[in-house]
Amino acid sequence: MSPSSLLFTSSPHVHSGDSIPRIMEMVIWALLPATILSILVFGWPALLVIAITTLAAMVTEYLLLKIRARPSTLGDRSAALTGLLLALTLPPHSPWWICVAGAVFAVLLGKQVYGGLGFNVFNPALISRVFLLISFPVEMTTWPQPVGLFGDAALSLGNALALIFTGHLSPGEVMDAVSSATPLGQYHVEVISLGKTVQEAMGGSYSFNYLNATGGLIAGSLGETSALLLALGGIYLIKKRIITWHIPVSMLAGCLVPATIFWMVDGTHYPDPIFHLVTGGLVLGVFYMATDLVTSPVTPLGQIIFGAGCGLLTYIIRTWGGYPEGVSFAIVIMNATVPLLDQYTRPVVYGKAKKKA
Amino acid sequence: MGIVASVLKKFHGGVHPAGHKELTERCAIESMPMPKRLVIPLHQHLGAPSEPVVKVGDKVFKGDLLGKEGGFVSAAVHAPTSGTVREILEHPIAHPSGLTMPCVVIEPDGQDTWNPQLKGVDDPLSLDPVDIRDRIKGAGIVGLGGATFPSFIKMSPPRDKVVDLLLINAVECEPYLTCDARLMEERSREVVEGIRIMLHALQTKQCIIGIEANKPAAIEIMQKAVAGETNIQVVTLPVMYPQGAEKQLIEVVTGRQVPSKGLPVDIGVIVHNVATAVAIRNAIQLGQPLLKRIVTVTGRGIVRPANLEVLIGTLVDDVLAYCGGLKPDTVKVVMGGPMMGLALYQTNVPVVKGTSGILALLRNEAPESKEHVCIRCGSCVQACPIQLVPCSMAWFAKTDQIDQLPGVDLFDCIECGSCAYVCPANIPLVHYFRYGKLSWQAKERENKKRELTKQRTQSREERLAREKEEKERKKEEMKAKMAAKKSGGAAADEKTEAKPAVNKTGSTKEPAATESKSGGDDKATRAAKAALAAKAAKAAKEAKSAQGSES
Repeated sequence: MSPSSLLFTSSPHVHSGDSIPRIMEMVIWALLPATILSILVFGWPALLVIAITTLAAMVTEYLLLKIRARPSTLGDRSAALTGLLLALTLPPHSPWWICVAGAVFAVLLGKQVYGGLGFNVFNPALISRVFLLISFPVEMTTWPQPVGLFGDAALSLGNALALIFTGHLSPGEVMDAVSSATPLGQYHVEVISLGKTVQEAMGGSYSFNYLNATGGLIAGSLGETSALLLALGGIYLIKKRIITWHIPVSMLAGCLVPATIFWMVDGTHYPDPIFHLVTGGLVLGVFYMATDLVTSPVTPLGQIIFGAGCGLLTYIIRTWGGYPEGVSFAIVIMNATVPLLDQYTRPVVYGKAKKKA
Repeated sequence: MGIVASVLKKFHGGVHPAGHKELTERCAIESMPMPKRLVIPLHQHLGAPSEPVVKVGDKVFKGDLLGKEGGFVSAAVHAPTSGTVREILEHPIAHPSGLTMPCVVIEPDGQDTWNPQLKGVDDPLSLDPVDIRDRIKGAGIVGLGGATFPSFIKMSPPRDKVVDLLLINAVECEPYLTCDARLMEERSREVVEGIRIMLHALQTKQCIIGIEANKPAAIEIMQKAVAGETNIQVVTLPVMYPQGAEKQLIEVVTGRQVPSKGLPVDIGVIVHNVATAVAIRNAIQLGQPLLKRIVTVTGRGIVRPANLEVLIGTLVDDVLAYCGGLKPDTVKVVMGGPMMGLALYQTNVPVVKGTSGILALLRNEAPESKEHVCIRCGSCVQACPIQLVPCSMAWFAKTDQIDQLPGVDLFDCIECGSCAYVCPANIPLVHYFRYGKLSWQAKERENKKRELTKQRTQSREERLAREKEEKERKKEEMKAKMAAKKSGGAAADEKTEAKPAVNKTGSTKEPAATESKSGGDDKATRAAKAALAAKAAKAAKEAKSAQGSES
């Protein structure tokens, strides 16, 4: 056989077959049930928000790589995933320009300025959400009641299009769905600002219901709603070895352990840990945001510290911060510590362990 | 009790590549017919190349020495059959560089006549351990698992080390390969005889044969073969790559880790491959040097997969032809296993002592894939059996941050390839590690050279200054003598006091000045140094004369 016809590459000569597109696709699959539920719960506007954001992220990626004269990386599916993740953190009636601005920010300033996938410091979807939340607080905290896709109060596709693209419904139509506070928002205003008890705030006309919260039938961002489906998707990812248990477990512990302690000390002013678990973006953050491969540590110990930090900061911001929800801030802050964590949490190398006495 | 853990331990990480052993696991070992030409490399082991002791035209017997050890860590090379030395030349061999190496070419005479002087020992256990080691050394035996470390060295543990356990590596964790499994199935008695000799030579009481559970036939046969032995035990290990790596096997069986930069003997263990045990048995009982080995010829690109007993020096081309040749869509031919083996640039290279397999891989078996950027998924960290952080090692190597490499423990890497196997970005991590290791070594050599040059320049400067000073002193002495002749012996005392002052001004200043200059243009440096030397001498003179005038 002539020399040139043989492949002459380094060992190993076999491969597991794992690939970046496969990982991204698995995450998208894992998110699908919760995504579909959010559309069923919030109706046509939700579908539009998800579609616009995802599409805008992909178009931005495509154009940026064109400009940088690099081969297109749309095939790695990471832009689509970023778009989907961002959409799930947006309010269901977000206007189109919020979706587009967020997607452009995520892909441009969250990822491509660092050199693209693999080099970004912060989770692109979350840094973009933080940007939107600070820049457009009104749009980012207007929460419609869940009215369903086909129910009496549901918006028609036409009305949804009008709402997302013009900001109001078609002429002559009146919005049935009234806006409402998220459970965390309610807690923040009533308990923290006004000094009521948790029971007063959650009971009465607000009537917080754990079952609805777990199932996703409450006001909130698209993907914050169904803790149950998000968790199922997350467990699927752990099973498929896309992510490991370290970050989810430590982040849940980081948030729920202090929540339990404070609740046991003063149950009238600190809500119980289940409340913290099923409301807000905790489950979305735990399984899909904090575990973002690029922006989390690679070492097991680093992952545990990182996760615990995310959880603890989430609880601190929720309880004593200026914002009702702290998951995005917590993860973005912890993203910044990742290089340091990776450097100082390297495992003990084989044969270098301290000798046992 | 003792060194062996009561329960098998687990090593960190590891991967589960598809076995593909079904291709050859039922292929009995066949002897390949004598090829027309044997090309025997003088360097087919770890350490220094052997030195040729034959010349072109020599007739050799089977088992005659072709090359003697070229250093302490080295191995002898022998004639695999009787015939004539046709050439001693540079021939392509299986080496990452694709370069050639000195080889002895033998044309077999077809008689296959043994050197009549080679004789075995009927009762090996009556031999002195030192004698056994010498015979192993004389037979040119190296580790047949693939590392090709000269076996006699492992059979000569340092005096202060006690060997508690002889561990026979029959793990064969590399996918595709079945040569060790077949060897155990067909020659279990020889394996046990080899082990007895090794136990005797090492003065060790206990031996464990580690076999992975995917070789049930071999396990059963070996268990029968050791049935009567009180100190040899077969242990079935769960399947996990790279369990056949020495350090991992030791950890699984004993629960202990070999210290970084240390040797297994540091924790009382010696590991030998199962095929090495048979080679040692043949060397002691039959007097045969290492002339042949079992090679698994496999992969979906080969027409007739087989386990062949092949003479060292047989060309891969001949082996492939004997197995029906390559299928047309073969993209890669690998010497060794698919995880750690070497892709061949050309197939006219000889089978060597470390050739455990020849794989012909089709495109779908060995996909050619594009390297993506690292997405920091950490799969490599999970897979690494040494608990390294492969992604950062590869990054430092790739970006030539050579100084960072020891800090990330690059030199503890065993290049097992588990990280690259799982990497979703298809980063050729092992390639970067090898590159990093070589770069670091090159840099070390460079540094040593520079250090040496610096030292030499410095000592030259010092010598020149000393000479100058000596001259001056003599001059002064002469002057003093002259003066003494004129004015009596008063100046004699001054001379001894003046000397230290000269040293201070002359030789301490100078090396510091030359240091900054070293490494620059040779001529310019020399001129500058000469100027400096002159200046220093002048200063010395002035100091002296000043002192002289004071007196």
